[in-house]
Amino acid sequence: MWKYIFRRFISLIPVIIGVTFIVFLIMNMAPGDPVKSILGEQASPEAIEELREELGLNDNVLIQYKNYFLGLLRGDMGTSYKTKVGVAEEIGARLPTTAKLAVIAILIAIILSIPLGILAAVKQNTWLDSLTMFIALLGVSIPVFWLGLMLLLFFSLKLGWFPVSGASTWQSFILPGVTLGFLSMAAIARVTRSSMLEVIRQDYIRTARSKGVPYKRIITKHALRNALIPTITVAGLQIGTLLGGSVLTETVFGLPGIGRLMIQSIQGRDIPMVLGCIIVFTVAFSIVNLIVDIIYAFVDPRIKNQYS
Amino acid sequence: MNSEKELILNIKDLKVEYRTEDGVVKAVNGLDLEIEKGKTHGLVGETGAGKTTTALSVLDLIQSPPGVIVDGIIELEGKNIRGLKDKEMEKIRGNDVSMIFQDPMTSLNPVMTIEDQIAEVIEYHESGGYKEAIKKTHEMLTLVGLPPKRGKEYPHQFSGGMKQRVVIAMALACRPKLLIADEPTTALDVTIQAQVLTLMKNLRNQYDTSMLMITHDLGIIAEICDKVSVIYAGRIIEHGNLVDIFDNTRHPYTEGLFNSLPNLKDRKAKLKPIKGLMPDPTDLPTGCPFHPRCDYAMDICSKAYPEKQYRNDQHFVECHLYNDDNIEKGGLIKRG
Amino acid sequence: MTDNRNPVDALKIKKKYKKQNQLKEIWHRLKKNKTSVLGLVIIGFIIILSIASGFIYDYDKDIISQNISERLQFPSIEHPFGTDELGRDIMARIIYGSRTSLSIGFITVVLALIVGGMLGAVSGFYGGYVDNIIMRAMDIFLAIPGTLFAITIVAALGTSTINLMIALSISSIPRFARIVRSSVMTVRDVEFVEAARAIGANNFRIITQHVIPNSLAPVIVQTTLSVATIILTIAGLSFLGLGVSAPQPEWGAMLSSARTYMREYSYMTLFPGLAIMVTILSLNLLGDGLRDALDPRLK
Repeated sequence: MWKYIFRRFISLIPVIIGVTFIVFLIMNMAPGDPVKSILGEQASPEAIEELREELGLNDNVLIQYKNYFLGLLRGDMGTSYKTKVGVAEEIGARLPTTAKLAVIAILIAIILSIPLGILAAVKQNTWLDSLTMFIALLGVSIPVFWLGLMLLLFFSLKLGWFPVSGASTWQSFILPGVTLGFLSMAAIARVTRSSMLEVIRQDYIRTARSKGVPYKRIITKHALRNALIPTITVAGLQIGTLLGGSVLTETVFGLPGIGRLMIQSIQGRDIPMVLGCIIVFTVAFSIVNLIVDIIYAFVDPRIKNQYS
Repeated sequence: MNSEKELILNIKDLKVEYRTEDGVVKAVNGLDLEIEKGKTHGLVGETGAGKTTTALSVLDLIQSPPGVIVDGIIELEGKNIRGLKDKEMEKIRGNDVSMIFQDPMTSLNPVMTIEDQIAEVIEYHESGGYKEAIKKTHEMLTLVGLPPKRGKEYPHQFSGGMKQRVVIAMALACRPKLLIADEPTTALDVTIQAQVLTLMKNLRNQYDTSMLMITHDLGIIAEICDKVSVIYAGRIIEHGNLVDIFDNTRHPYTEGLFNSLPNLKDRKAKLKPIKGLMPDPTDLPTGCPFHPRCDYAMDICSKAYPEKQYRNDQHFVECHLYNDDNIEKGGLIKRG
Repeated sequence: MTDNRNPVDALKIKKKYKKQNQLKEIWHRLKKNKTSVLGLVIIGFIIILSIASGFIYDYDKDIISQNISERLQFPSIEHPFGTDELGRDIMARIIYGSRTSLSIGFITVVLALIVGGMLGAVSGFYGGYVDNIIMRAMDIFLAIPGTLFAITIVAALGTSTINLMIALSISSIPRFARIVRSSVMTVRDVEFVEAARAIGANNFRIITQHVIPNSLAPVIVQTTLSVATIILTIAGLSFLGLGVSAPQPEWGAMLSSARTYMREYSYMTLFPGLAIMVTILSLNLLGDGLRDALDPRLK
């Protein structure tokens, strides 16, 4: 098991390098001279040249990337063009908000989706199944920011149950968490149902029934673990969607997280800050994928064995 | 007829259908089957004849939907078990009647250890808890020729033959009164087939288990069975003991099965396969379902289903060739 | 192992070979599924409406011209969905907005399909190191969540419809590459392809005559679902101010400006969102139906 985790961890390194490189490269294509945006249009050519040299902008892009990546390893993500604060410090300050939002959303998604998916599969073709799947279909069809707006409109503006904006209290996170979690919940519930339906037709389920195992136990003990394998895959992918969705959710609910920081920085053309935010998101997603792979190996013994 | 013989399983007039969007598949059409206590009963027929459906009906394991048991009685030791509640059926499955499936590759749960899968059946039917069950599991593993220490492994670490041994251990763990083996060796290599078959034979003798052996392989029938029923399009068309069927073959279909076997002793002998294919189960021919493929088909064969004709108190055949009219006219095929 | 013991499966297999025309067969099954037919009807209606809107409305006069005297009017007979902060009819803008979403959605998917499909076909067909290089690159692209990737590109290249399409199609390419690759790999070793190779057909011919027709079905499903994802992402980016820019009508952008007036004029936030939802819902219904039609066992 440890060997597997170690191997997967090692294989994460090229992915992170690849991902950060692509993002770095794309952001480097941004038009406009960053030096001019720091010093202003009227700066003297000497001052510009001096700053270019200082920022390493005269090096070729590979060297620039190497320096950036080495900085990243030390926790240095450069300095904001606008506010002159360290990017890493700014992101660090915003991280808890985004992390809280994501964790609440993931918990809501997973805790609700799997039982709902199982229920729908077991009660296939009943009203319960239809209802659950209709809600799940709505969930994957509603734009997350619109759902957020509607919840905000109803629960905060009309009923006044929750704050309209900010992240000062725990109540501030309930609506955003539900908004963000609902979409993933729907997607995971759908795949749980269909993989459950697939699994309960398998030969080994028939074998288990032929042993006299009660139906409930067959579902919870034999079918669920097998059905979880595709469910975990989708849940992993969903977390990517969820991270993207968190940008929208933070914007709708005015949460001061990394997503909002990123959008504000894009509007202000603050390239190092944007780059830092995107890198944090993608690295987080890669780590989530690693965790998903490890969970995979716990559920499916066949995977672990490929590595031992 | 024979009221004193003790039956472990008695199936009467079983009818099973699969109702799909594309039509109703009539898989079993009024099948009768009697299995005597302590005997091994062979059920032989082609793919799609309804063998597996019959076996699954006994344990009420037909996938529903689309499968429906339309009619019939299934008696286990004289007690009707068809339509029992799930709870009561669960007490029978794995305990009184257990089953070995065709494909060991898919019939074990890939995410559970071997020993947990075997122990599970013991846990459900016997008192003593998990520890006791594991102990017994290790005995069973030894019995089927697997080292108990491999019980902690998962199915993908086992070969096909070993998996089938696991399935056998699982099926016999609670010493069932009846063991249904659905083509237990079809998916295995020839050499492994022989090993598994010998193992099953020994365990059957040791445990004195009654057995329903489902196969399309007449060699296995000859090896292991006392009685044989030949199934075609969901009905038993000929039944008798081993000698009746092998030496006094009556039904043209049974004859065709024998002619389809290669003869190792006379390599020049030509194979005489049965022409055509199994009839479409959504649209069975009228009369005798075999008549479109039968070399001896007569007018009546497409019109009426043949009655049972008894050759002795056990051996019967459902074929128009043997009804009274034809016997008087001398239309009977001469054999052995 | 081919398991045709089960008479139902045997029947299905038989049927499958009777009708060689896969698409016809899928259409036949799709027709039986009421909800997906509903999806097809709705999406068909939306497409017709979006084409017709070019004739119904005059872009300059009805869609973008401001009319301050009629600003922020609640829904009425004259303006069924009300008017926005610049006095424009919301219904007209929503209907006209379908052109934006659908055209970007379809063009992007077609782009992604062509590039991704080619990469996947080459990868699956040749295997070996070619496959390895292409798929590892795809893995890296897949390791960046779609919305974030689109945001990255738009942030770097600036907000324009073209950049948006580039961003969205790049982030959809890996999914198509994977699907086409796996279909190609299953088809590659099937007997009729081997037979074609044996009689001397060249690779190009095998790909165009055998491989592509046989991977069509899963690609159709993915295309439908991708259009949905892309329309959602367009709306999301426009909502963030990174997508389609004013005054061109787009549902997400409409929601973004409606947000300011949400407290008093909540109707403004209602209709554009409903338009997105109905569109995505119908595409999902259709996609689900298509998937079930391809794999009837799961029904």
